[in-house]
Amino acid sequence: MSQEKTELVEILRQMIMIREFDLLAVELRKAKRIYGALHPYVGEEAVAVGVCAALRPTDRITSTHRGHGHCIAKGADINRMMAELFGRADGYCKGKGGSMHIADFAIGMLGANGIVAGGMPIACGAALAAQLEDQGAVAACFFGDGATGEGEFHETLNIASLWKLPLLFVCENNRYGAGNAVESVRPEADISLHAPAYGLPGVSVDGNDVLAVREATREAVERARRGGGPTLLHCKTFRWLFHAMRDVPQPDMRSADLLAQWRGRERDPIARFEGVLAGRDLVTAADVQAIRDRVKRDLAAAVEFAEKSPYPDPKDLLVDMFAG
Amino acid sequence: MREITVTQALEEAMIEEMERDERVITFGTVRAPALANKFGDRRVRFTPISEAAFTGIGLGAAGSGFRPVVNWGMVTFSFVAMDQIVNQASKIRYMFGGQADFPVTFRCTTGGGIQLAAQHSQSPYSMFMHLAGLKIILPSTPADAKGLLKSAIRDNNPTVFFECSRLAGVTGPVPDGDHTVPIGVADVKRAGRDVTVVGLAYYVREALAVADSLAKEGISIEVVDPRTLVPMDAEAIRASVRRTGRLVVVDEAPATCSAASEILALVTEDPETFRALEAPVQRVCAAPVPVPYSPTLEQAALPDRAQIEAAIRRVLEGAPTGGQTCR
Repeated sequence: MSQEKTELVEILRQMIMIREFDLLAVELRKAKRIYGALHPYVGEEAVAVGVCAALRPTDRITSTHRGHGHCIAKGADINRMMAELFGRADGYCKGKGGSMHIADFAIGMLGANGIVAGGMPIACGAALAAQLEDQGAVAACFFGDGATGEGEFHETLNIASLWKLPLLFVCENNRYGAGNAVESVRPEADISLHAPAYGLPGVSVDGNDVLAVREATREAVERARRGGGPTLLHCKTFRWLFHAMRDVPQPDMRSADLLAQWRGRERDPIARFEGVLAGRDLVTAADVQAIRDRVKRDLAAAVEFAEKSPYPDPKDLLVDMFAG
Repeated sequence: MREITVTQALEEAMIEEMERDERVITFGTVRAPALANKFGDRRVRFTPISEAAFTGIGLGAAGSGFRPVVNWGMVTFSFVAMDQIVNQASKIRYMFGGQADFPVTFRCTTGGGIQLAAQHSQSPYSMFMHLAGLKIILPSTPADAKGLLKSAIRDNNPTVFFECSRLAGVTGPVPDGDHTVPIGVADVKRAGRDVTVVGLAYYVREALAVADSLAKEGISIEVVDPRTLVPMDAEAIRASVRRTGRLVVVDEAPATCSAASEILALVTEDPETFRALEAPVQRVCAAPVPVPYSPTLEQAALPDRAQIEAAIRRVLEGAPTGGQTCR
């Protein structure tokens, strides 16, 4: 298999894994086998996978409350992710974080974050570290359209541009900040237009086209690695499911027509990419089915891993508070 | 021993730590020409007035292998960075299961008494103490300021380093060489038999002045300086109180949910120390008002030597009258 084909098939596998992971997580949460709050990434898979496909293992990212996709795309171990959702000792955070706080510093995933825009300054700090180390690394911060209302968004765009930091701002415009449609909280639809005000390039891209996202990221990342500073990448996508669920999903007030439009094969990022690969004779329907079967097996194994992992011992409550 | 000011001591600490470890970087909204000339504008930066961003930048750089010293200027300005302090810095290590260390030091000035009025005369260290996950330092002498700043920079945790505004120009002896002071160790600034006075920052000096004055009457005051508020050296304070049987805590923050309250709780919760008490414990704190501008009002709002002395006399009499020490 050619290098290109290997990469493209892996992109497809990751997108399917993200979708199936989160659909499974919703069922696990409904069944009360996992706890707390859950924010599924279903429908937005092409953004995380397209961006991370253009990053190196030594590049660092920060994520959001809707962070499972970013973890998987950056290469996180689904067994340890699942164990974290189950609140077990073998989870990424030893059961201290849960869905909203998964991190894997070993792969440059500096954490999901329960605060909108909260990860942006942290990614900016990772970009400063990369600039000082001068080894060509970059950082990327994922954030939603809702984050554009936060001061941290504007502050970090300004400083990153001023200091020419190797940072990629990835706005996942899924059209909803929690329960509010983006047009009800922003007078300007094009989020990339914030970029010129702060003196950096801004690009809007179809966030459901994984190859377009990868290409736009490659350009931005190459510029950043050369010392050309940050880029704001506005990825237009759509949140298929509810904002959040605890015991039950929050009510979804959106029209059935709208949901059907975005969930159809023409817009579904996974179906579209399958079509692209099939059109180039890179995969057959049987290949895709084999990927899906493998993803399902891997997820079943992850649930088994999580359930076999012990709950954290209450005597370890204070472990990890302070570094020695 | 040579005598230098707190400000000079802090600058020495910065220079020595930046020479010692090239991963120490620093930034804030105020230019630091001496440091920038010595270490260059990559390691010494001045930032836009964007406290939330540069607080988080410090945290992110710390999680990526550097040792940032982030200067908020006045603690006042930290309040616009509360997301990064409260939701991020104080929780990031534990929440992620101890995967990474975050060796970042946040410097800020604190306290009133210099007519800067309500917003710029605050002493909010107990707000930060309340967040599990930050180390909190509050020195009172040039030597402690230097030694503790060096320790804070070397510490692998987010640390808030409070610098009392009224002490900036105060001089004192500072040892030569690599002088460090351990975090979490209190210091008995004056040994005594009759009453333990725990002072914070500027009020360590004031307590020492009152102790000098009362010594003429044969009253022997022990002055204890916690120096670090998290972790608090409770045992050193308890040991002093077990010797004297009496405790007064002096600070310029208002009493409610204060460091002074915490110190009283740590003392009275301990059975052995509680049994050693011969009088109710006392707090001498600021009035519960925003610190006013006019000198007459400001002086009325902040503790003074007369109030410290009165509290000492009350605990010596054993039965406080009027009940209300902290207004």
